[in-house]
Amino acid sequence: MSLLTSSPYTHGSNQVSLVMRNVLYALLPALALYTWMFGWGVLTNQLIAIAVALGSEALIIRLRRRPVKPALLDGSALITAVLLAFAIPPFSPWWLITIGTLSAIVMAKHLYGGLGYNPFNPAMVGYVVLLISFPLEMTQWLPPIELRSEELSLGATLGYVFGGQLPGGNLLDAYTMATPLDSLKTALGMDKSVAEAMAASPVFGNVGGIHWEYINGVLLLGGLWMIYKQVITWHIPVAVLGSLLLISTLFWLINPVHYADPLFHIFTGGAMLGAFFIATDPVSGATSERGRIIFGIGVGVLEYVIRVWGGYPDGIAFSVLLMNMAAPTIDYYTQPRIYGERG
Amino acid sequence: MNHKLFKFHGGIHLPGKKAMSTGEPIARAPIPERLVLPLQQHIGTPAKPVVEVGDRVLKGQMIARAEGMVSAPIHASSSGTVSAIEARPVPHPSGMSSLCIEIETDGEERWTELTPHPGYQNLEPQQLRNIIRDAGIVGLGGAGFPAHIKLNPGARTAVDTLILNGAECEPYITCDDMLMRERPEEVINGARIMIHAINARHCIIAIEDNKPEAFSAVSEALEKVGSSTIDVVQIPTRYPTGGEKQLIKVITGKEVPTDGLPIDIGIVCHNVTTASSVFTAVELGEPLISRIVTLTGEAMGKPQNMEALIGTPIDMLIEEAGGTKATMQQLLMGGPMMGIPLQDMNQPLVKTGNCLLALEEQEHSTPALPCIRCGECARVCPAQLLPQQLYWHSRARDFDKAQDYHLFDCIECGCCNYVCPSNIPLVQYYRFAKTEVWAQEREHKASDLARQRFEFQQFRKERDKAERAARMKKKKAAVKGKGKQGEDAKKEAIKAAMERAKKKREANTAKPENTEDLSPAQQRQIDEVDARRARAADTPPAATPAESED
Repeated sequence: MSLLTSSPYTHGSNQVSLVMRNVLYALLPALALYTWMFGWGVLTNQLIAIAVALGSEALIIRLRRRPVKPALLDGSALITAVLLAFAIPPFSPWWLITIGTLSAIVMAKHLYGGLGYNPFNPAMVGYVVLLISFPLEMTQWLPPIELRSEELSLGATLGYVFGGQLPGGNLLDAYTMATPLDSLKTALGMDKSVAEAMAASPVFGNVGGIHWEYINGVLLLGGLWMIYKQVITWHIPVAVLGSLLLISTLFWLINPVHYADPLFHIFTGGAMLGAFFIATDPVSGATSERGRIIFGIGVGVLEYVIRVWGGYPDGIAFSVLLMNMAAPTIDYYTQPRIYGERG
Repeated sequence: MNHKLFKFHGGIHLPGKKAMSTGEPIARAPIPERLVLPLQQHIGTPAKPVVEVGDRVLKGQMIARAEGMVSAPIHASSSGTVSAIEARPVPHPSGMSSLCIEIETDGEERWTELTPHPGYQNLEPQQLRNIIRDAGIVGLGGAGFPAHIKLNPGARTAVDTLILNGAECEPYITCDDMLMRERPEEVINGARIMIHAINARHCIIAIEDNKPEAFSAVSEALEKVGSSTIDVVQIPTRYPTGGEKQLIKVITGKEVPTDGLPIDIGIVCHNVTTASSVFTAVELGEPLISRIVTLTGEAMGKPQNMEALIGTPIDMLIEEAGGTKATMQQLLMGGPMMGIPLQDMNQPLVKTGNCLLALEEQEHSTPALPCIRCGECARVCPAQLLPQQLYWHSRARDFDKAQDYHLFDCIECGCCNYVCPSNIPLVQYYRFAKTEVWAQEREHKASDLARQRFEFQQFRKERDKAERAARMKKKKAAVKGKGKQGEDAKKEAIKAAMERAKKKREANTAKPENTEDLSPAQQRQIDEVDARRARAADTPPAATPAESED
């Protein structure tokens, strides 16, 4: 123990590594479900991202001449990797994941000063780099296993991820299908109604995208558990989901033919992941309680705007990054009234 | 008694660790061979010695008198001979030495002549305050602010509530708890005297609900007395509920204004132990020469409470409590959240020494990581500050910004530090920033003074030169017109001299600052600096850190 020179001389059990570990625990059930429903590609995504993240974190920390072990043990690089790998299409090739992870760890995190100093959410920076640079690979989503013509074995998955080859010389296109949000966007673009769009494609489920509704449901439970464990506070998730619900309800009431229902919006795509796991990143978000509510509302509204009127099917990454930019200003204008302050 | 309670913002639940020192009744520490009595055991000006080396002193005799408005006298804790008046190491955050009176005790415990006042009701409030002042009573919860000042509401305010603080919210410490268990009537009688001194409408004794024995003891004693103006209230255990501002919020729902005092909202707050020593001082005439101190911690041989003479060497007390274990990592005066480290066990027990805490190596004391801006610190801050912003600005030495974020409203309770997942020594940064600001203010004041002096010197030289020239001129004129208007000239000269004197007086009072021709921006800057300086001057330096528990 370093001899402290000034009180307090006692400390609670809270540690950065504990926070990160709890986030990971909250993600695991959804990850398991995701793998079960979508196949091995989910796991290869994760493992490649984690390996690259820890490796590049260690390398950069060494270059910066700081102790490597505590940096790896704090778990922040691990969480960045898990979130990024969760967000990009399963069965992504190794180089895509590597570029995304390196962008997140090296560029978004360490070039800005490392843990605690990054103004933008590293995982989302990595995601956006990929989305802009490799639009084709980033839209090749495989549907759940039961909607596929044939199952991809572990061997086939590894062959594709590392070698770019599929059995029988098939292209991945043969397996992929548009995501629910994508299908809806395309159909609406062709002047179809929401109901027609949903009837036309098997990727829609009861309340959201097929199976995505369950994954979002489990992510919701994980998020609630984090609030219960005081890993995060309720402000950001409630503000994100609340504003997303409100604005989608509003447009759905105005015109249900053209706008999808609110439950579809919060149980599809990255809504739950964004609300509980991405927008709640403390480093790049607002910190005051009122600030977090404003931050969350911004994320929720922008997410809807991008989904409905923007160029991309989902908007969580851009909306989080845009609100990251606004976070310092939000914090400045939402300082709490201090004890005994008049007015 | 059902009393409506309120919540203060933030705060934390801490492991109490109090039971280890409440097993035994309060023991009486032996009289040491040598007593060391620091002249400063309170907030304010150090006391001034009124004895000399070699003087024989009696127990309870005043050996140093209060100096100035905010000060407290020091009394001999036992009879003996003054053997030294010199600087010694004393319990202080800086670990510095300060002037002390050393008494070689004779073991006879011969008392000085005491003046008991059994009927306090017959005394005027001012008389009571004088007795309390002369008894050297200071806030015994740890702050050490002279008690008679807080018992003087002045003409401006009517006191509604007297709050007696028996919260004792810091872990380990049990001296207030034991006092209330064993001598509840002293606390209640002290409360009645205080009520009389400030003419309070009613009094509330607040005890955290982790001290049921103390609560029932005080309740029973109150029932016997049958007082209608004193209530005892159990408050939820939550650190730092014993902080003066937090306790006031919990009991009354009111907040002390940031730039004000509790008396501004009709409240006076004292510690229960202070009340008991007020009782002793008034009723028995005994000055403050001993106190109850908790000796505890995992590394303390036999944790217990002891009533010891002020000035007893700490190592002797610890010896009495079974010594410290080899596993001891840190010895503190006070609790683990706000206590100060003791480098030297030779130091004496002082009036504010409520606890001697021997800690073993702490869990969770990993090296600091970067701030991840999680905001936990703001969630627990009882002053509702933004500790994180304070940290960034203090670290960057941007002290103006730190003051914009209300640096001086920080009570240094340590909650932010306790919950910080990155284990950043936040309070250390705030203390550093405060010290730097005080140093800057002192420098500013000194340089302002030097500038004023220089400018006034220049002005005086010019003025003297001009006046001399004018006098010469007049003299010449007088010489010319002498004879005819001799008398008139004389009168005129006298008048002129008077005018000169008047001018001189005016010049002395006028501000010789270089304040003409200022741009509005400059004027605004000056005003801001003045305002800040005034604010800083209003904050008594040492009062802020130790405000809690008083």
